[in-house]
This record gives sequence, structure tokens and C-alpha cells, in this order.
Amino acid sequence: MAYHNPPTTPRRSATFDDYTLSEIRRAAATGIYDIRGGGAKRKVPHFDDLLFLGASISRYPLEGYRERCDTNVVLGSRHAKKPIELKIPITIAGMSFGSLSGPAKEALGRGATLSGTSTTTGDGGMTEEERGHSKTLVYQYLPSRYGMNPRDLRRADAIEVVVGQGAKPGGGGMLLGQKISDRVAEMRTLPKGIDQRSASRHPDWTGPDDLEIKILELREITDWEKPIYVKVGGARPYYDTALAVKAGADVVVVDGMQGGTAATQEVFIENVGQPTLACIRPAVQALQDLGMHRKVQLIVSGGIRNGADVAKALALGVDAVSIGTAALVALGDNDPRWEADYNALGTTAGAYDDWHEGKDPAGITTQDPELMKRVDPIAAGRRLANYLKVMTLEAQTIARACGKNSLHNLEPEDLVSLTIEAAAMAGVPLAGTNWIPGKNGF
Amino acid sequence: MPKAQREQGHARVFDLGQQSLRELNQALHNLAPGSNETAWEVLNPKGSHSVAVGVDQPVSIDVRGSVGYYCAGMNDGAAITVHGSAGPGVGENMMSGSIVVKGDASQYAGATGRGGLLVIEGNASSRCGISMKGIDIVVHGNIGHMSAFMAQSGNLVVLGDAGDALGDSIYEARLFVRGKVESLGADCIAKEMRPEHIELLQGLLDRAGITGVKPSEFKRYGSARKLYNFNIDNADAY
Repeated sequence: MAYHNPPTTPRRSATFDDYTLSEIRRAAATGIYDIRGGGAKRKVPHFDDLLFLGASISRYPLEGYRERCDTNVVLGSRHAKKPIELKIPITIAGMSFGSLSGPAKEALGRGATLSGTSTTTGDGGMTEEERGHSKTLVYQYLPSRYGMNPRDLRRADAIEVVVGQGAKPGGGGMLLGQKISDRVAEMRTLPKGIDQRSASRHPDWTGPDDLEIKILELREITDWEKPIYVKVGGARPYYDTALAVKAGADVVVVDGMQGGTAATQEVFIENVGQPTLACIRPAVQALQDLGMHRKVQLIVSGGIRNGADVAKALALGVDAVSIGTAALVALGDNDPRWEADYNALGTTAGAYDDWHEGKDPAGITTQDPELMKRVDPIAAGRRLANYLKVMTLEAQTIARACGKNSLHNLEPEDLVSLTIEAAAMAGVPLAGTNWIPGKNGF
Repeated sequence: MPKAQREQGHARVFDLGQQSLRELNQALHNLAPGSNETAWEVLNPKGSHSVAVGVDQPVSIDVRGSVGYYCAGMNDGAAITVHGSAGPGVGENMMSGSIVVKGDASQYAGATGRGGLLVIEGNASSRCGISMKGIDIVVHGNIGHMSAFMAQSGNLVVLGDAGDALGDSIYEARLFVRGKVESLGADCIAKEMRPEHIELLQGLLDRAGITGVKPSEFKRYGSARKLYNFNIDNADAY
């Protein structure tokens, strides 16, 4: 009887996986790297790798639904005459008009205001849609300085000096010409239809000493009323936080690599910067080393999704978190109801990230008048408010179980880690042990 | 009222040797539209940063001495004269009005400026007019390297020479240089001086109070517009 070799199962390479192969083919065909929006999609250590230790005997829990658990937070109490008080420690991150449609910006303002929190402008300057509907509005001072003027500086409730963002520390952006509508062109002083190449660095300062003087100028222009935030991409969080404090920041914002962007090279998004989880402990340590923890507030962003993420970030020492991508999803981005339209663009709901092309079926990351009609700012604002409410309730539930009457009383002692990597990054013990890898450093 | 804050002629005088920067800027910001305090004088600036920033009324301010960073930042309507030299970022993000620096200016003069006229009677350092967005800048002397980098709109007039990489990644701003240009940046080219440019330049020279200089002595530079939309075939230009 003849012996036949049994067929073997075709084996795909872990290194050259389907996505990598398709990217090589795309690069070979087009001669240009992929540009997309959104944050890092690769799996990195994240808040999912941490667990809370609820109270038993050694800790005493609070009654859910009965005992109070405060959520409010004051930002900018270091120097500003008019610090901001928010009802919840979850803010809306900077996303530009231009990148987002007008109705989407209005919806963000409506949702945030209903929830007692702030929105943030972004690269395109301040719009009436957002100022008109945001009770508390943070005005970004960006390298590009699009739409920057003293009148809007004074209409803002806080100023965020953006030095970098998590998706692309050290990088600028590329907004393709099709999103440069008449209004966007006017706001950015650009010819209509050209690609907007935004700057990677501020044109009129070159280092931390200049930043200190720049902050002084902004304070003088606004009569020391507005809190000044400094936002950095999560790359060297210890030193960047320390230098931001030295420069006079009231609030430091650290944006991890899961933070989104409007349009950047895929290879940059996935390979530059550190996971949000890895950024928190060094940033908190910098504040503690300077004796400024809780005096200069720390906001962390990049991949925050639910109340557990909020609670974990706060437990590690931050004062508030910021959401961008999650807020867009709450408004309706990547919603399966537009699946046929996503398919027509060669993708699927949940994976659409070509936000810079201006064809967003959900009408959110576009300037197409027909597509943006799909966003009802009132209904979408309500959805965002619902989502923020749920996140807050979730965080409170966890905090009460840990015996805290304020979200801000959560502490690292409430956490353990499932993995050695996350334990080392977050500075909490590996579950079932008292071992914190690298305890004497960070 | 402090002794130094005295009437000198018709001007309201602030002496930064005796009064704080905060008091000066707050007093300027407190000006209401139509105020009759239209003339101001600042004594002893001694290199202070952020002198007369964020002024939004049509007053005249004479600063007697040299200033540090960001003097007259975001000026919106005032006529500010620095009787000395200016540090980095003079007139940054100016909206309207005028700024005259009698001496030299450091880096980033007129950065991101959106309107108004900035005149530097001496030389300006590197990055003059960087990312300018509508401002007019006239420099009697020379300017340093990387000037008008990413300049979007407005006019830069230089009576002397320009340093390396002039107008790199320029959009729609117009650059007029009378002397030699060390080198041009990406997408910046020499352009023809047509009658409308001669007229424009003459107007700028007139507004800057410059006489005895003809527009025909200048060369015009601007964008080749080849890099306005990304094309991989142009990658070597970046």
C-alpha cells in the first residue's frame, strides 16, 4: 500500500502577517506611506492589565447608591485667578474644527455642558458652534497657530499650550486638501484645496526657558485669569512634566500613544511614544519629586474607554482624564448603521480611520455638507452626555467598593497588576504578590 | 499715584523701574473704547518680557529702551514704538496696528502675525516672519536664516540681505528683498515684479516711512506652489 504524505496546514508568518503583507503591497503600488487618523491600534499594556482590590476586612466599603462619592475636580488653582471646576474628572480632548464637522463640534459642546465638563478646541481655532455650546472651553495654543487671536484667548476658560500629542510626539500633521473647505481655508489662512501641513514645533520658541516666557505672555494677555495647561505627547513624561511645571503650567496634560490624531503616518502612530499606562507613574513621580502633586493638576489621555479606566488612572495619581476617540464613537462615529457606506470605502464599521479624507459616513470627521447632515447635534450631544454619565457612575461604583468617598481618594494601593509588564509600568504589585518590578526606579 | 506715574506732556507714564509689568498691562487692558488716554510712555523696560502685550485699543505707546521677549504680542490696533532693540518674538501674532523697533530685533520677529505693520529699523535675526499669516513686515537692515518659514500670507520687505532658506515651505506670502539672498528654501522661487507688485511695495515703503529707495531695486520671491499637494515624486524637495 502506497504511503501518502499527509497534507500540512498552510502556515502564515507571524512576522509577515496579512496586514503587513497588504501594507507592503500598498507601498509598492503607490510609493507613499499610509496616512490615517486615530491612535495606535497595536496591543500595548493598558488599564485592562490592572485590577482593583475591593474592600473586605482590611478595607471598609461604602454603600453603592447610598453613600456619597464625589466626582468634582478643580483645575488650574496654581496661578489662575479663575480656576475651572468640573463636575466630573473626564474632559473632552482637543479635536479641531476642520478635522471634525461643525455639527460634531456643537454636539461635543452640548454633551460636555450637560455633563458639567469641558471641551477643547483643536488646530482649527475656536468656532461659534463650540463656544456657544460649551460652558467651559479650553482653547488650544498650537504650533500651527491657526485661528489664534487675542479675542478668542479672552473668550476661553483655559488655554492649553500644545507641545505634542500622544499619537505623534514630535510630529506635525497632514490634512489633505479635500477637507480644506472655504470655511476651513479662511480659519487657517490657507488657499482652498491645498494640503494643510501643520507644524511640529512652535515657531516662536525653542526650548523650556522660552516656554516659560511664552506662558508669561499668555498670562499677561489674559490678565492671569485663565488656567494654563501644557500638553505633551507621552514620550518622556518624567522630564516633560517636570519642565512644564518649571515653565509655570497650572495643569499638565500627558497624552499616551493610544491617543488619536486627525492625520498622521501609520508607521508614526504605531511606533513613536509610550502607552498611556507607562506614562502615568513617571508623570506623577515628577510632580511628587517637585512637591507639586495635586498643586499642579495632571490630566492623562489616550485610550480611555470606561469608568474602570477612569478609576485606574485616578488611582495612579492623575486628577482627570480626557477622551477623544471614545467621544467620537459616542457621537456616532464608526456606527454599524453606516456599514454599507463603510464597505463602499473598503473598510468596515469599527475599523474606519481615514478621517483625513473627508468622507466619513457618520458625518463627524468631514466637511462634506451632505454627510455632516447625518449628525444631529442635539441627539449626539445627548448620547455623549449619557456616555459620560455611565463612565462616571462606573468609576464611582468601583471607588465605593474600595471605600472611597471621592474618586480622588483612589490610590495605587487599590490596584494590582495581571502582568509583570503592567506592574512595572504602573508601579503596582503583580497580583498575588507584593512585588513591584523596578520599585526603586520608574 | 506713584511718583513715576506722572503726567509727561499728555502721555500717561509707566516706569517699570518702579511699577510692575502686571500693572502696566492691566492698565492698558482696562482701556475702554473711546478712552482719552491715547498716549502712553513706558520707561526703564530694561529687557522686560511681554511689555504691552494684548493691547486692543488704538493708543500710541512709546517704550523708552530695549525690551525682552514678545513685546507688543498680539497687538490689536495700537501704535507701539520701541526706542531701543527688541528681544525674540516682537509683535508675535499681531492682529492690527503698528510696531516700530528703532533698533535691532531678535529671532521670530512678527511670528504668526495676522495683520498690521511691523517695522524694524535695524536688523532682524533668524526666523523673521515665521509662519506669518497676513502681517506686513519691513526690515531696514538684514534678516537671518529660515525667515518666512511656512509663511502663509502677508508681505515681508527687506532692504538689506536675507540669510539661508528664505521662505522655506512658503504658501501665499510675498517676499521682497533688496540685497542678496543666501539661499532659498523648499518651494520658494524668485518671481517677476509686475506693476501690481511695484505698487504694493511702494505702498509698504511709504507706510514704513522709507524714502530714497525704489521698488525696482527689489526682487520678489514667493511660492512655486509645487508642494501644495503632496506628491511622492517631490519627496526629495523636503
